[in-house]
Amino acid sequence: MDVKSLKRRSEFEWVLEPRGEMRVPGVLFASETLIRDMDDKVIEQVSHVAALPGIQKASYAMPDAHWGYGFPIGGVAAFDPAEGGVISAGGVGFDISCGVRTVCTGLTRESVEPFKKDLADGLYRKVPVGMGRGGKVHLGRQEMDAMLTGGAEWAIRSGYGKTEDLARIEEHGNMKGADAGVVSSHAKERQKNEMGTLGSGNHYLEVQEVVAVYDPVIAEAYGIAEGDIVVSIHCGSRGLGHQIGTEYLKSMAISAAQHGIKLPDRQLACAPIDSPVGQSYLGAMRAAMNCAMANRQIITHLVREVFADLLPRAGLEVLYDVSHNTCKVEEHVLDGRPRRLFVHRKGATRAFGPGHPDIPEDLREVGQPVLIGGTMGSASYVLAGTGESMRHAFGSAVHGAGRAMSRKQALKRWRGRQVMDELAERGVLIRSPSQRGVAEEAPGAYKDVSVVVEVAHRAGLARKVAKLEPIVCVKG
Amino acid sequence: MKAHWRHFDHEADMGVRGYGATLAEAFEQAALALTAVAVDPASVEPVDQVDLVCEGPDTELLLVDWLNALIYEMSTRRALFSRFKVVIEGGHLRASAWGQKVDIEKHQPAVEIKGATYTELKVEQRADGWMAQCVVDV
Repeated sequence: MDVKSLKRRSEFEWVLEPRGEMRVPGVLFASETLIRDMDDKVIEQVSHVAALPGIQKASYAMPDAHWGYGFPIGGVAAFDPAEGGVISAGGVGFDISCGVRTVCTGLTRESVEPFKKDLADGLYRKVPVGMGRGGKVHLGRQEMDAMLTGGAEWAIRSGYGKTEDLARIEEHGNMKGADAGVVSSHAKERQKNEMGTLGSGNHYLEVQEVVAVYDPVIAEAYGIAEGDIVVSIHCGSRGLGHQIGTEYLKSMAISAAQHGIKLPDRQLACAPIDSPVGQSYLGAMRAAMNCAMANRQIITHLVREVFADLLPRAGLEVLYDVSHNTCKVEEHVLDGRPRRLFVHRKGATRAFGPGHPDIPEDLREVGQPVLIGGTMGSASYVLAGTGESMRHAFGSAVHGAGRAMSRKQALKRWRGRQVMDELAERGVLIRSPSQRGVAEEAPGAYKDVSVVVEVAHRAGLARKVAKLEPIVCVKG
Repeated sequence: MKAHWRHFDHEADMGVRGYGATLAEAFEQAALALTAVAVDPASVEPVDQVDLVCEGPDTELLLVDWLNALIYEMSTRRALFSRFKVVIEGGHLRASAWGQKVDIEKHQPAVEIKGATYTELKVEQRADGWMAQCVVDV
């Protein structure tokens, strides 16, 4: 990216002053190296978002920002309904409430190592991944509606997990305001055999080792120490969320003109929050958030069953579950005044600082866990929200590495078998139904997540707590 | 123009593009490019038939609707398609797609497609035929 159009406000803050249709500035958080490597499309998309009605303060991009759909991936924007603010199906994306859940196991690397292969095979057998493999949970009409309004709470009521899990899930595992009635029959049809499935693309299920602790106090509060084994699940709302995204993108793209909204890019499809289509999307999107949380809850249950078989000493406790494709109503202070805003995070993780009432009570003092997914075979990170992150970008941080090259380029460079062999040599066991899928997801096709995390930490978006490295990766 | 398809680069995902002598043919080729995001279309036997109808206020939205209709069928039937017949008349599209159920061992689908997007969405008539493209989210 050519940085000439940007004003550097601090070491990690680059400002795009309002121009053309922009209502607010664009603010990009990045180091000089990251910003120079960023695609020019990010600037274009940040400025398009800044032109949407009712946007507050700035259109933000996180250090891992890259070319997305309408919004950049790594984009954050907040809207006020009282000022004609909008909600955007494009701003949430197709994989509504895609997120990461990390579960502590109470085991160390040493005790798990002899069971690694069995764990890999067991998890791969138990948790359906990739295209064409449905789950074992099939939902009828009534159960579907109960899931869409109940989320992880519904899953636990149905026997997948324990009540204590809820305290460690955003929204206590149940997004209020979901409306199963506005979720189309197509979306429900697409989901009825998909519960408890991982999906494909960059989604994964990993057994990971805590290889470094940067902040012992917070790590202790989160229940992790060096050498511990944890399990991380990265997936979202499956076919249901994709279908809701598809349908509302179309209806918002068509209705934008009626609402007097000039879309700089059709993918930015949006509607006033207070309009009928805006309200309907809100109800459907929240139902998809419940679906994503229920899905990760069922997968957690399946993982627990695998561990119970192989390592009965394990005690799997949810560390945290946080989404990175959402729009949520939050209170933020603007110009000294508390305001109720609709915060879109597209490929960005909520990162609330210490003391925030939405953080689980036993973690409130240290800040919200921010779970950053790596890519197959590379490191993941646990960070914590900070007081500073609340002032920077409505309490938001990065979500992952982002691709460095396209799938097409990756496919030219690697073979799936070769990637799996190389990772196995480094002690990482991969299980996947598709060699081509593995090649497209080769670790070398992604940016170095460590760089992105370091910049997020130094920019004050979130605080580094621990580094996780995979020993087993189940990939769709 | 000889009908054909290709993929184009998108940083996070994949672009699908179809060329044809007619608009309908370009749409058929874009559908083949869509299948090729997941598997080699030549590995899919066109044995089961599915009929589809789509509507869009313009040809670009119609393309996205067409691809999304296929994505829906792929997802709910757990199927892949390798042969298409499209008829477009006045904003309406009628089509048949032929394919088979996914065989995970044989097809090894690389990804599951989430949806067709409006990103890089273009449907154009050129001197020698039609081109239809967009980015799909995987």
